[in-house]
Amino acid sequence: MIDLVNISKQFNKGGANAVSALSNISLSVPKGQFLVLIGANGSGKTTLLNVIAGSVQPSEGAVRFDGQEVTRLPEYKRSRWIARVFQNPLSGTAPDLSILDNFRLASLRTSSKGLRIGVTPDFRRVVRDRIATLGMGLENKVDQPMGSLSGGQRQALTLLMSVMDHTDILLLDEPTAALDPRSAQIVLGTADRLIKEHGLTAILITHQLKDAYHYGGRLIQMEEGRMLRDLDAGAKAALTPTEMFEWFG
Amino acid sequence: MEFYLSAVLLGLCLSSVALGIFISMKIFQIPDITTDGSYTLGAVVTAILLMHHMPVMVAIPVVLIAGAIAGCLTGLIHTKLKIDALLSGILVMTALYSVNLVILGRSNVPLIDISGIFTWLHLSAAASSDSFSELIVSVFVVSVLVAFLSFLLRTDFGIAMRATGNSESMTRALGINNDKMKIMGLAIANALTALGGFLVAQYQSFTDINMGIGIVITGLGSVLIADRLIQWFGIRPIALQLLMVICGSLIFQFVLAITLSLGVDPNLLKLVTALFVLAIVGAPVLGRLRKTA
Repeated sequence: MIDLVNISKQFNKGGANAVSALSNISLSVPKGQFLVLIGANGSGKTTLLNVIAGSVQPSEGAVRFDGQEVTRLPEYKRSRWIARVFQNPLSGTAPDLSILDNFRLASLRTSSKGLRIGVTPDFRRVVRDRIATLGMGLENKVDQPMGSLSGGQRQALTLLMSVMDHTDILLLDEPTAALDPRSAQIVLGTADRLIKEHGLTAILITHQLKDAYHYGGRLIQMEEGRMLRDLDAGAKAALTPTEMFEWFG
Repeated sequence: MEFYLSAVLLGLCLSSVALGIFISMKIFQIPDITTDGSYTLGAVVTAILLMHHMPVMVAIPVVLIAGAIAGCLTGLIHTKLKIDALLSGILVMTALYSVNLVILGRSNVPLIDISGIFTWLHLSAAASSDSFSELIVSVFVVSVLVAFLSFLLRTDFGIAMRATGNSESMTRALGINNDKMKIMGLAIANALTALGGFLVAQYQSFTDINMGIGIVITGLGSVLIADRLIQWFGIRPIALQLLMVICGSLIFQFVLAITLSLGVDPNLLKLVTALFVLAIVGAPVLGRLRKTA
């Protein structure tokens, strides 16, 4: 589904403070794979995710989705394939718009936003039913502004929003970093369920080794812009938490 | 009575400008100074077309398109050349002054005895009924604008517009071209502003090259009053928010009318306007300061 070919990225290229964020990375993520990315700060995880999303242009190399070249496509055009959940709960939703309007926009991610009123009673019912699956009691608050909810509630809703329209790829950039442990579990649990239900190709960045251990199939550890370890689902299952902790010792 | 009626009429005519500022300022969070130029542009185009006996139904779309082009230019400069929105607006506004002067040919054109939008409705030959028919026409125009905008802002396109000003990272991830959205938003805002120039030129029966100076403050003041009312009453439906903008415009003109009736020198009117807007913006902060003191 996702093919990265010889991707390199330098920031401030040629300048005194040039940084090499990614060095010659080649990575192939097959359809339906749930990949977890770990690594220290500055190891290039987020840059890698941003290269896939299109918010960062690689200095060299190619990005392909389903064999189709998308390297030069801007982020808003890659939304045909990609849904994103950001680290900051504020980034993935519009706070002044109602929950319902946020969902309406999410349901049009891959299509045009035309001159018709799409927030119909039918649409409202669909959104309420979807939100009810979270068990957070938010289904009766669909007319409230998104900004009135907590970070955990907003992240959980952002996840639901990501499958309101056809999605191939789900990118999760430390979605629980700003959340308390309980909300974090709800959000990751929901992500796991949606990825399985919709057969999504997913990439999760996390600093929580516990989460990296529990969720996802393949596991990649990054260091200084390179892939240090690449474990498939089988190898990862054979891993013990202690071994994983030792990688960062 | 006549005195307050003219404040109402001017408030209604200028509410088109306030609606434009509402879109650029409140929906897109862009402080758009193009307003001063596009308002005069609307009035200038109106003068030229009506002097050449063009029907109002031709003048309206031409005025709207002229304003939209001005807004597009500001939007293009802001988004494509990555120039600060404020500076982009100032550039286009400055350029428009010359453009307006060239189109108009001189600095002032009277529009007396010319058939325009306010001569549509003639209730009777009596002069006193003129104001009344003007009132009906302007209420009708403003109602059409509010109805149109409240529809537009509730459509899928409108939701995308509102989201763009609210969370750009979200809209980008949802397949929205933020640059294109902002350009279209500024086009709509300045089309409305130009329509304000169209209405006021006909209401006051002349177009003046300097009539746009400071009009952005009038629009901004109206929107700020509306914003207070919206917060105060916790108004959520978009149609009611737009009605509050109209109220804001009316209140603004009333305050100016009352100031003048108190015998304040008309030369000080801009000063009064600026102080009034300052008071609206500063009042909540001053209120808080007093509470904590």
